[in-house]
Amino acid sequence: MKYQTQKLAYPYFIAAMGLFVAQVLGGAIAGTIYVFPNFLSEIMPFNIIRMIHTNALIVWLLMGFFGAAYYLIPEEAETEIYSPKLAWIQFWLFLFGAAAAVVGYLFGIHEGREFLEQPLWIKVAIVVVALMFLFNITMTLLKGKKTVVAIILTMGLWGLALFFLFAFYNPSNLALDKMYWWYVVHLWVEGVWELILASILAFMLIKMTGVDREVIEKWLYVIVGLALFSGLLGTGHHYYWIGTPGYWQWLGSIFSTLEVFPFLAMVIFSFYIVRKGNRNHPNKAAILWILGCTVLSFFGAGVWGFMHTLAPINYYTHGTQITASHGHLAFFGAYVMINLAIITYAMPHLRGQQPYNQTLNMWSFWIMCSGMCFMTFTLTAAGVLQTHLERVMGLDFMEVQEQIALFYWMRLGSGVVVILGVLLFVYATFSKGKEKQAS
Amino acid sequence: MSEGMTKTAARNIFFGGTIFFFVIFVVLTAQSHFYILEESTDVSTLTASVERGKRVWEENACINCHTLFGEGAYFAPELGKVWVKFGGADDPETGRETLKAWMNAMPTGIEGRRQMPQFNLTDQEHEDLAAFFEWISRVDTQNWPPKPAE
Repeated sequence: MKYQTQKLAYPYFIAAMGLFVAQVLGGAIAGTIYVFPNFLSEIMPFNIIRMIHTNALIVWLLMGFFGAAYYLIPEEAETEIYSPKLAWIQFWLFLFGAAAAVVGYLFGIHEGREFLEQPLWIKVAIVVVALMFLFNITMTLLKGKKTVVAIILTMGLWGLALFFLFAFYNPSNLALDKMYWWYVVHLWVEGVWELILASILAFMLIKMTGVDREVIEKWLYVIVGLALFSGLLGTGHHYYWIGTPGYWQWLGSIFSTLEVFPFLAMVIFSFYIVRKGNRNHPNKAAILWILGCTVLSFFGAGVWGFMHTLAPINYYTHGTQITASHGHLAFFGAYVMINLAIITYAMPHLRGQQPYNQTLNMWSFWIMCSGMCFMTFTLTAAGVLQTHLERVMGLDFMEVQEQIALFYWMRLGSGVVVILGVLLFVYATFSKGKEKQAS
Repeated sequence: MSEGMTKTAARNIFFGGTIFFFVIFVVLTAQSHFYILEESTDVSTLTASVERGKRVWEENACINCHTLFGEGAYFAPELGKVWVKFGGADDPETGRETLKAWMNAMPTGIEGRRQMPQFNLTDQEHEDLAAFFEWISRVDTQNWPPKPAE
């Protein structure tokens, strides 16, 4: 660690991991309700649990992104963070907002648009937090070196804040509401978040492989270009059945198919760079997370997304467990894993140790990934059956749910495996290192 | 793959292309905005009651179990056409009464069945929610869902 203010990443990473644990526990409760429908039904109904599960995910990923930015911007810009104090205020305000939201949800205080359930004042607080952060990062960048990695990351973060503003627009016309809702949801996860993902990836590859920055930065432009060229009009795959014009079925099908390519490019890029790199970096676990991230995001976001993105297919699969399977592996592969990668990479530096507990960390990688993959497979099977029985045969929703109950058991089982992986990761990352660095 | 391309070229393609596609996207959503107002939804019947019904829908976080037009959680049935299912399209009074009776019977407490909470809606809220379901059932969703949920 070359700059003192990189330490600012530490509290963000700790909070992220805390919320990560909360998120997967929430997921386990939701999964339990699927198989024991009476579980907690009076005190904490499914809708509240699900809100906590999804919101905790989003908040901890953002925590991780903020932490990643504080970690890598000083090193890229070759200067200290503009105002460490502001970063601390931002941290506590964000953590407080997140905690207040969750406690509020438990007492039934929430708004009602999916993923945007935060009460208005918390949404305002999120904007304030984002502005503090962007001001801090941008000022740092302005006084320092403006590398491509730093610029793309900062662009992604600005885009994130900008598109969040659509969360404040809630027209009474449901079709309009839905159309602009995707300006937040799609343009985040299939747009600007990919900039954040790719730039963090590029940063780690520069640091760990010793491959020439020029080569990596050129790749970075190509990847984020592919992401936005396909992803912007790819929004159309959400505009098939919500009251928007029919031409989106063409545009959405074509452009969202192309959304596979940035993810494919990231796989090729990361493997090519790691192979080309001759520096034998001691943090093997971080390399594993990097490569795993590109592979599983390619499958989760790319392949599983493509599976149901063509309009004639989506007509039948839309809003079934197919969507759930894709959602789980895409979020995990892309955004969970990039966060775990940067945390695995940065933690030894932040704590002033050699990479420690690498074996355990790598075990957590395999446990978490196999759990998530199995969960995806079970939900996919459930979704295929559901699509056929409900959408083709015309059976009643609840009748079909009983038919596919077995898959919900297997999903719960895989969820428990994921939780074990998560706990192991947290232990391996935060406990005192016993191991010496692996050679 | 990008050996032949300089970094400057890659940068220019990225920024130029992004602006290009973003402008197209904004123009098309603007067009879609007017399409929604003019073609696919009936703005003239979007009454204050429908609007309040949407608030009822939101305040009770219905979307975190159900879907509307296929979007939401997949724990409970799609409700975009629930108005039709409850007979409201033929006889609005039946539709309203069925919806209210259904919601008042919740939770069933039956072991092994998914439970819908009791939301304790007022009569006014029941009426508004029904108005909301009625209004959205007439949105042109390109013939989705494949079959009206039964």
